Amino acid sequence: MYKAFLIKYAEIGVKGKNRHIFEEALRRQVEKALKETEGEFNVTREQGRIYAEATKDYNYEDALEALSRVFGVVGICPVVIYDDIEWESVQKNVCDFVGNVYKDKNFTFKVKAKRGNKNYPVTSPEICAKIGEKLLEAYPEMKVDVKNPDVFITVEVRNRLYVYSETIEGPGGMPTGTAGKAMLLLSGGIDSPVAGYMVAKRGVTLEATYFHAPPYTSDRAKQKVIDLAKQVAKYAGPIKLNIVNFTDIQLYIYEQCPEDELTIIMRRYMMMIAQKLAEESGCLGLITGESIGQVASQTMQSLLTTNEVCTLPVYRPLIALDKQEIVAIAEKIDTYETSILPYEDCCTIFVAKHPVTKPNLKAIKRSEEKLSEKIEEMLQKAVETMEVITVGE
Amino acid sequence: MEAYLDNAATTRPFKEVWDIMKKTMEEDYGNPSSLHKKGMEAENYLRNTRTVIAESLKVKEKEIVITSGGTESNNMALIGGAFANQRSGKHIITTRIEHASVYNPLLFLEKQGFRITFLPVDNNGHVDLEELKNALCEETILVSIMHVNNEMGAVEDLQTIGEIIRAYNPEILFHVDAIQSFGKFKIYPKQLGVHMLSVSGHKIHGPKGVGFLYIQDKTKVLPLIHGGGQQKGMRSGTENVPGIAGLGKAVELIYENHADKIANMYCLKEYFVEEISRIEGVKVNGLAGIDVRDTAPHVVSVSFKGIRSEVLLHALEEKGVYVSSGSACSSNHPSISGTLRAIGVDNDLLDSTLRFSFSVNTTKEELAYAMEQVKELLPMLRRFTRR
Repeated sequence: MYKAFLIKYAEIGVKGKNRHIFEEALRRQVEKALKETEGEFNVTREQGRIYAEATKDYNYEDALEALSRVFGVVGICPVVIYDDIEWESVQKNVCDFVGNVYKDKNFTFKVKAKRGNKNYPVTSPEICAKIGEKLLEAYPEMKVDVKNPDVFITVEVRNRLYVYSETIEGPGGMPTGTAGKAMLLLSGGIDSPVAGYMVAKRGVTLEATYFHAPPYTSDRAKQKVIDLAKQVAKYAGPIKLNIVNFTDIQLYIYEQCPEDELTIIMRRYMMMIAQKLAEESGCLGLITGESIGQVASQTMQSLLTTNEVCTLPVYRPLIALDKQEIVAIAEKIDTYETSILPYEDCCTIFVAKHPVTKPNLKAIKRSEEKLSEKIEEMLQKAVETMEVITVGE
Repeated sequence: MEAYLDNAATTRPFKEVWDIMKKTMEEDYGNPSSLHKKGMEAENYLRNTRTVIAESLKVKEKEIVITSGGTESNNMALIGGAFANQRSGKHIITTRIEHASVYNPLLFLEKQGFRITFLPVDNNGHVDLEELKNALCEETILVSIMHVNNEMGAVEDLQTIGEIIRAYNPEILFHVDAIQSFGKFKIYPKQLGVHMLSVSGHKIHGPKGVGFLYIQDKTKVLPLIHGGGQQKGMRSGTENVPGIAGLGKAVELIYENHADKIANMYCLKEYFVEEISRIEGVKVNGLAGIDVRDTAPHVVSVSFKGIRSEVLLHALEEKGVYVSSGSACSSNHPSISGTLRAIGVDNDLLDSTLRFSFSVNTTKEELAYAMEQVKELLPMLRRFTRR
């Protein structure tokens, strides 16, 4: 029944002179999302809105799902289009529309009219009044409420008639590719994919780095991370994933440094590598899934200690979220099921029974001096031997 | 060099198996139920497989139901057997070391109102026969006991167990999960007093997705899968002709020169157990005071002190040696093997146990190579363990 979708966006409407750049980016993202569904759509910008009109048969559910993943979309209104704009037909068609869409007519409504075609013989207030009247006649259970109606029925008369009433919530945010690029430290856990999703939602393009430690972590753990990146890419667009072999560095730290500092030192080196890769590929920041106090390496003291190696800003969108809140997002974006698959990741293999929770930066740096002989070479080798794959293309 | 030592998980199909499967797909692709010649040709594969299986067990052809594999066979025996006989009682006896494809259908039956007794085993994995005698009661309708344990190769004394059950009440059904033992032993259900016996194709160099359940003539079992009435209504669905043809071929070949093959496997197992036991901090499970020849010829469970099995497994994998961890272990998912616990493996070794399993094609060179890799890896891995 629905022939088109009206895409509503909020924030990008107020970006001043850049507005058309954002709008065009959103239009392209909508077009791209719909390309992956069956059917063909003509996606256009007109009068401060984006219309996606089906030019062939299509699957309504699939199209809606694709649209609801596009960052920047606040609401999606399925629209019915009628070719005939003769006034009698308009009144009849709107009544039919309501009859089809709402089986239970026990609700309050208000008609909104837009007259794109200014030569149309009936004015907007007249359209509202007359159609309201017709609807009340046709469906006596319906009631008018102009202040706080259950349903807005929008009637737009242009060269054709557009009728819509329902708005399906979109993800919000900013169109992908409008904010620059950042490097996500992606593990196999619950948090980092969510962190990537959240930053990507602000229009940021993602690149990701995963550290694996064979034979301590398995190929299945690696596959799990690739699967997670693919899932995030459904929202964020293609992601370049760097897979860095961290085994040698990890074992070296293990041999040279105190047990309770292993995790924190390891994380400092992970940040260093990620930052190096980030700078090489033009990223403007790092993204982690850290949340204050969640584990020993995420206390404020630990964060300070790991942050110290970074010159790029580190974005931590989950910093003040509780685990349940993070899980709720992971479930919403469908990464949770994959994240909880039971494969060892490299952060947990050598974890001490009682890791330091309030690391002292000076002490940590002193421990790191014990690595000075080989660490530079090892970092170099880790970057040189890394595997790069792109997901979500 | 490569050493595939995970044959209790699955085996590499014999070449003759894929040859015959290829033929059923290229040429003889008919539906066995079709009335024309193509159907007839396909049906011949089923007949032949049935004959081969029946001969190997010394049973009748009509007592064989072909299934999608071990799991389905076990489900059919337990669920189909329990529901068909519930008027006589609702008590079922099994052991604490059964495979999940026995254990989980029984938990399902427990939820449906059946009472299940789980018998303890000794540290070699042998079921406690006194406990079995104590557990039998008027309500008992079914006893399900595996022949060979998949994790450490313990062999249960089916002859004595069958006698105990028959002495108490010959009406009680005796089901045997023979998935790890078929092809390793000659099994004659009628001599053993076994009513149902489950077998899987891919453990004997046949294809995956096919197996069978022997159901003794007079035993009542309800079918689980209903449809077009194939296999006398016991298991509907167009028969998996390629799989069934492959299964028949595998059964035929596995029992050729059987005694020699098995004798050779025991020699290899003795060699392996002896050599690997020499390595420091290594313990072979399930051989306390018994001879290697009293266990299955193909499975060895080995615990490595101070090593996490998954790490050793992946390190061996890098060297081309493929084995199984005795337990699915992970810091996020501590599901430790029920079998290893049941045989009394020390707590700190539960997560340090690997299973090496052989096939009729395993060579001494492969075993020597695998042990060489273990010897090299252990000191390195022990240096880097959780302190």
